[in-house]
Amino acid sequence: MATVVVQRPKLKWHEKWFISTLAKGLLITLGHAIAILRGKKKVTMQYPEEKWDANLPDHYRGAPALVTDEHGRERCVSCQLCEFICPPRAITIIPEEIPSTDPWAKVEKRPRLFNIDMIRCIYCGMCEEVCPEQAIFLRKDYAITGLSRAEMVHDKTKLYEIGGVREGLVNKWNELK
Amino acid sequence: MGSFLDSINLAFIIAAAVKIVFFSFMVILPMVAYSVYAERRVSAIIQDRVGPNRTGIPLTLFGGKKDIALAGLIQPLADGLKFFLKEDFTPAHVKKFYYWLAPALVMVPAMMTAAVVPFGSELDLGWLAKLGVEGAWLHKPIKLVIADLNVGPLYIFAIASLGVYGIVLAGWSSNSKYPFLGGVRSTSQMISYEIALGLSIIPVLMIFGDLNLSKIAQYQDKNGWLLLPLWGEGLTFKRLVLWIPIFISFIIFVVAMFAETNRAPFDLPECETELVAGYHTEYSSMKFALFFMGEYAAMIIGSGLAVTLFLGGWSIPFGAPLGLGYVEGATPIWLGLLHIGCFLAKVVCFIIFFIWVRWTLPRFRYDQLMKLGWLVMFELALANVILTAALIVWLPN
Repeated sequence: MATVVVQRPKLKWHEKWFISTLAKGLLITLGHAIAILRGKKKVTMQYPEEKWDANLPDHYRGAPALVTDEHGRERCVSCQLCEFICPPRAITIIPEEIPSTDPWAKVEKRPRLFNIDMIRCIYCGMCEEVCPEQAIFLRKDYAITGLSRAEMVHDKTKLYEIGGVREGLVNKWNELK
Repeated sequence: MGSFLDSINLAFIIAAAVKIVFFSFMVILPMVAYSVYAERRVSAIIQDRVGPNRTGIPLTLFGGKKDIALAGLIQPLADGLKFFLKEDFTPAHVKKFYYWLAPALVMVPAMMTAAVVPFGSELDLGWLAKLGVEGAWLHKPIKLVIADLNVGPLYIFAIASLGVYGIVLAGWSSNSKYPFLGGVRSTSQMISYEIALGLSIIPVLMIFGDLNLSKIAQYQDKNGWLLLPLWGEGLTFKRLVLWIPIFISFIIFVVAMFAETNRAPFDLPECETELVAGYHTEYSSMKFALFFMGEYAAMIIGSGLAVTLFLGGWSIPFGAPLGLGYVEGATPIWLGLLHIGCFLAKVVCFIIFFIWVRWTLPRFRYDQLMKLGWLVMFELALANVILTAALIVWLPN
């Protein structure tokens, strides 16, 4: 069996008795302290005052939200695919039929109730990935807080409020087609 | 009975009580709280962090718009409040009496040693006479030391080593393995360091020829600090040569003081990476806080002793040549206050040094500590005693 002889560093006497090594260590920590005190180095961001929002990457996965299209129509057709794929089962959808008097009656279905329980949501983005209508998107909102469980459930109004309007992408329901 | 009552010097007792309240409750305890804060802030800047910088006056609780942060200076109060509100839990498997006794045995010796440390020269209260206060006691300046004992350092060592009983009792009475190991380590650490600690100040005492700490401080005020013998009679050739053994004994004293107060790099009884929290693993709430405060109080007194013995105590550097020196019985009140400030400033610098070392050095291994204590420090201290004696005897005055 091959034997590996580890080469230990040869310490000088002053290194062995912690004389020069102690001074060296103290100088290193002092250097860090001085750099921080002079404001030359800044590592910590003071969170609520300073935020990183402008630098969030495009693929950042924040709170999921529903969007309306350029005609003000809610894009969700209540297919419930997101409800079924959601790993922590955070989404609850109750579909309803769009009445025939509605200009978008040909879409047939829309959600009567669309709840996302933000305590359960794991921000995985599967709902966005599975949606055939591109109606649900993960936004960049990350500070979702509330004082009660009920407050943490985002209902339809809240979801549309976060989501806003998205144009383009899917236009199979438009007059053009 | 009448003669006994007459023999009681009421002014002396009141002065002592005022000094106790001032020094231990208004200086040391707040310093304990704020050295914890300093520890956190200094460790933070050393590690490129920020540390507690938020806890201030919570105006938002009272309907204000914004909290006043004060750079986190209220943090120690919040920590103390937290300790009071925590559950004071006594595990079922402990030996109750000693379990309850141990935290007090750590805190009490640490506070008791404060009695002989002179924290200022003297305060002249003569100006009170102008305000209409009368009494004979006004015209005698008050010495700023709680007990002006002639055995100062011996008293400190005797009482300070009692602190280890608290740790050992805590380790033993907790009746579980990690505290027990912590207690055992504390014992063997103490016996390997107390000797070096005691021997290290013998050269100092040989030079002073006195064990009274306030006289030692006065001497240094007049003749230059032991580590800075640059004024008064300190400029003689003999004193400058004696600087070498004094420096050695200062190093030994400081290293032994680190071990004595269980500070890193010798914090083996606590040793959170190996022993969970060491001897106070089973403690919670205020009992844990007492251990914590005892450790910091011991650190402050240790710094006070080091400052008094080696760095001139309350004396101002180059005080005598600058006219800021102490003259017995004729020190104006502002100079007395300045001396108190000077002492506290030196102690604060020493505590910052303690903290700086803690966040720089890794913990020594156990056998390394014993080896350092028995094979290096002890011999070095002994040799230093002999060297000093030889220098004192043979060098011309």
